[in-house]
Amino acid sequence: MNRQIQFDNTKPDLEAEGRQSRPSVVARNQQNQLARRTFFAITLLPMVLIAAVTLILLVRSWPILSAYSLKDLFLGSTWRPDEVLFGFWPYIAGTFWVTAVGVLLAVPPCLFTALYLSEYSHSFTRSIAKPILDLLAAIPPVVYGVWGLLAVVPFVEDVLAPLSKRWLSFIPFLAVRQPTGFSIIAGGIVLAVMIAPLIISVVYEILQTVPDELRHASLAVGATQWQTIRQVVIPRVIPGMVAAVVLAASRALGETMAVLMVVGNVAQVPQSIFDAAYPLPALIANNYGDMMSIPLYDAALLCAALILLVVILIFNILSTLVLQRVLGKNQAS
Amino acid sequence: MKKHWRRRHIVEAFFKGLMLVSFIVVAGALGLILWTILVKGLPALTWDMVTQAPQGGFYLGKGGGVLNAILGSLYLAGGGTLLALIFSLPIALYLKTYLGDSNWGQYVRLSLDVLWGIPTIVYGVFGFTIMLAIGLRASLLAGIVVLSLVELPIMVRAMDEVIRRMPVDLEQAALALGSTKLEVAMRIVTRQMLPGIITAILLALGRGIGDAASVMFTAGYTDRIPTSLMQPTASLPLAVFFQLGTPYPKVQQRGYASALILTIIVLIISIGSRWISARLNKYTVK
Repeated sequence: MNRQIQFDNTKPDLEAEGRQSRPSVVARNQQNQLARRTFFAITLLPMVLIAAVTLILLVRSWPILSAYSLKDLFLGSTWRPDEVLFGFWPYIAGTFWVTAVGVLLAVPPCLFTALYLSEYSHSFTRSIAKPILDLLAAIPPVVYGVWGLLAVVPFVEDVLAPLSKRWLSFIPFLAVRQPTGFSIIAGGIVLAVMIAPLIISVVYEILQTVPDELRHASLAVGATQWQTIRQVVIPRVIPGMVAAVVLAASRALGETMAVLMVVGNVAQVPQSIFDAAYPLPALIANNYGDMMSIPLYDAALLCAALILLVVILIFNILSTLVLQRVLGKNQAS
Repeated sequence: MKKHWRRRHIVEAFFKGLMLVSFIVVAGALGLILWTILVKGLPALTWDMVTQAPQGGFYLGKGGGVLNAILGSLYLAGGGTLLALIFSLPIALYLKTYLGDSNWGQYVRLSLDVLWGIPTIVYGVFGFTIMLAIGLRASLLAGIVVLSLVELPIMVRAMDEVIRRMPVDLEQAALALGSTKLEVAMRIVTRQMLPGIITAILLALGRGIGDAASVMFTAGYTDRIPTSLMQPTASLPLAVFFQLGTPYPKVQQRGYASALILTIIVLIISIGSRWISARLNKYTVK
């Protein structure tokens, strides 16, 4: 009893013992709870942001969506804001062509590069490939655009277009009908280089998920490495590869500055890869901000942004879901 | 038997060659880009370019430089990165310590990946719409906010990738000693992942400096160096774009030089982040 009282009266001299006084468990738990709630609120931000962007674009482009039928808007090919005619078809077609050419040009070399890095290359090659891809990904779009202006456009003008004119002009989509190099193919080449690091790194990651035992088993029964790749590795990664390509396509769809600088920006429905085009992002970048005097023009440009956003959201969500599944499976095993 | 053996080996050699060529093409593209920018930009790159703001008639070929754009870009990207960091660190820590690989964690990651995929021009348009609604003019502040939206997903995902790789024992050891999750997050995860966090910051900074489409409407463009958050500001990518848009060869030359400056800044950031993370990684628990 006596001892107990003594204990209560003596405050432990923590400093003398060389210990710090600590916050009580209750205070620490309260802090933890508070932080958890704050962090949770902040973590909701990305989802809220996606919803907000979509919703606001939808609300602001509602005037034009309700004034015209969807068919007129998306398939109409007359774009005359001063006569209140808005047909998005030339721009949608332009976006599609540039993206398709870019993706088609990028995919074969990127798949082969990823396969090379994953299946064949020496670890030294891999260690230099990583910085190269990082640098390629770090170069700003506008620098790609400058490169396009300085190198790709003249290349198309002086080399590709004459070659195609000479030998291939009987194929409709390779016909040359304009003298400059500002064309879909120039935009496609620039885009292809821009999305290459993304495709290569995602496909490389997917290839790493294939267990080495499978490769060893195939090699052990006498298959060559290419046979192993064709018959063992590739069949297992096809969904992931498709997702990687779709992801890259969605990145290419929204690319603005680099494409804008080399693609010519002529509002027409392109017939050939040597035609100029006018993709949706370029339309927005060139006109948004100074369209206040014409009724509905503002809504039309926001509608262009909405089209872009919706297509990209769909592409993105689908490819990301597949990739999460493909790459997540690996982490579990 | 022998024929079969030879054929598959020829195929093997063919595809191996094809892969090597593809790799060289991709690597060559980088070399080609840097070479083009260097060759075209270097002749016009003078000391005045980086130390002076544009003087009267700059866009007609008279004197001055692009200091306004260099500083403007650094302000924009610096502010955007700081703002993004304030929000992305909590998200990355929450993902690690509270959500982990649960379904919710996957939803948040999905939403971040989707945000990353939204084109920057859409952010620009979205930002401008909001600015119109609240009556804000094109300014440094608006540019910073929109850039932080662009950088946020990049930063969180980059942090998340590193934080995920943290040894689980460290966290469990701290929890076993009676730490709360907050203490684990702040004292263990943050310190252990410092190199990764710095890499993520620099990655986002590099992306922010190079992006034009998001600041085009929101930050405006001016020849003066901004002195307050409410003033419009120039940015390097737009400087490149506008200078190339003029019909005067001398101004276009300066556009190439500006592109070179931008490339150098971005390369320094990119290489610097590798260097820093390599150095700091020595001090983390493997």
